[in-house]
Amino acid sequence: MTPDINPIVLFFASVFTSNILLANFLGMCSFIAISKDFKSANGLGLAVIIVLLITSVLNWAVYHLILVPLNLEYLRFIVFIIVIAASVQILEMVIDRISPALYMTLGIFLPLITVNCAILGVVLLLQIRNYSFVQSAVFGLGSGIGWWIAIISLAAIRKKLEKAPIPAGLKGPGITFITIGLMAMAFMGFSGILSVQ
Amino acid sequence: MNNNKPMAIAKKNLWTENPIFIQVLGICSALAVTNTVLNTLIMTIGVVLVTGFTNLTVSLLKSLIPKKVRMIVQTLIIAFYVIMVDIILRAYLPDISKSLGPYVGLIITNCIIMGRAEAFAQGNGPIISFWDGITSGAGYMLVLLLVSVIREILGFGTILGIRILPDTAVTWTIMLTPPSAFFIIGFLIWAVKTIMQRKEKKS
Repeated sequence: MTPDINPIVLFFASVFTSNILLANFLGMCSFIAISKDFKSANGLGLAVIIVLLITSVLNWAVYHLILVPLNLEYLRFIVFIIVIAASVQILEMVIDRISPALYMTLGIFLPLITVNCAILGVVLLLQIRNYSFVQSAVFGLGSGIGWWIAIISLAAIRKKLEKAPIPAGLKGPGITFITIGLMAMAFMGFSGILSVQ
Repeated sequence: MNNNKPMAIAKKNLWTENPIFIQVLGICSALAVTNTVLNTLIMTIGVVLVTGFTNLTVSLLKSLIPKKVRMIVQTLIIAFYVIMVDIILRAYLPDISKSLGPYVGLIITNCIIMGRAEAFAQGNGPIISFWDGITSGAGYMLVLLLVSVIREILGFGTILGIRILPDTAVTWTIMLTPPSAFFIIGFLIWAVKTIMQRKEKKS
């Protein structure tokens, strides 16, 4: 059965309180690797928003219109990853054709996204929580925006941290994790307003 | 790659090139399952098996896979083993499978597995690749178990559901929430790096 959540509530919940990165730890690898540089962080974040929206909608359709009627649910992991890889590939070609300038900023991040756990994670969450079509689209978009906000904030904080006196052993990944922890606590502050699990 | 002796590989994967501490890989699916020791144990056993068998398969098939499509072939091999893990979990441990939620499926995108297949299994024999996969997975397992032991003791006062701390001990609510995993990993990386830097200075 489909959970009874207003799409608007779901949107804000997925951006803030149930931020896929800070509450569900999805997409950590590229989050830590790319957040060193603000410009790349922004590019990757925007690419994640687009890909998440497209793949959530596509995978919802594939799962409910093809896999469920054929009783092939157990193949979902393979099918989801193929749909993600294919749509990223097509998106890359489309962007290259339509706007070379946009391709220069987003293009290099698109292949990275195929193996970004945020994408597969959101698609699996949609399926586990049994969202409707509209809810899936809203959740995909909201999660993308939430991820983008998280990565550009971390990139900005890390820029400041470069000048801070940090013990040698804590430099790099160590202090980044602690920063993310503090950010996660800040985002949890919203959770009194609404929560979606 | 100076030596491919089993012991040297094990030491490298468990300590000097530990996937989490040093390479910061595979964190995605790592942190969310560390709220209890049992979840972590089941999840990481899954990762160890998938890494080992993926390496074995990639190594066996490496001469058959065309270079251009090897990424997608590797992903499909990984997905195949993850589906097996998922089906076994749902059949024998339905409760745990439910609480792990999407994270079993996310083993597919765990960068450690693809990383080892690409960096090691592509150029080495099947048996040693299998060993490399198992030890990489074990390096990952050790760190996660450590995090989950800390979280469960401080958060619930238990290990594997058995009470360790006296009832009067105050449990830390923060240990049940996501931020604590970030803090613990951050401090662990700090400790490990400091130890390594001291060793380097001595030698």
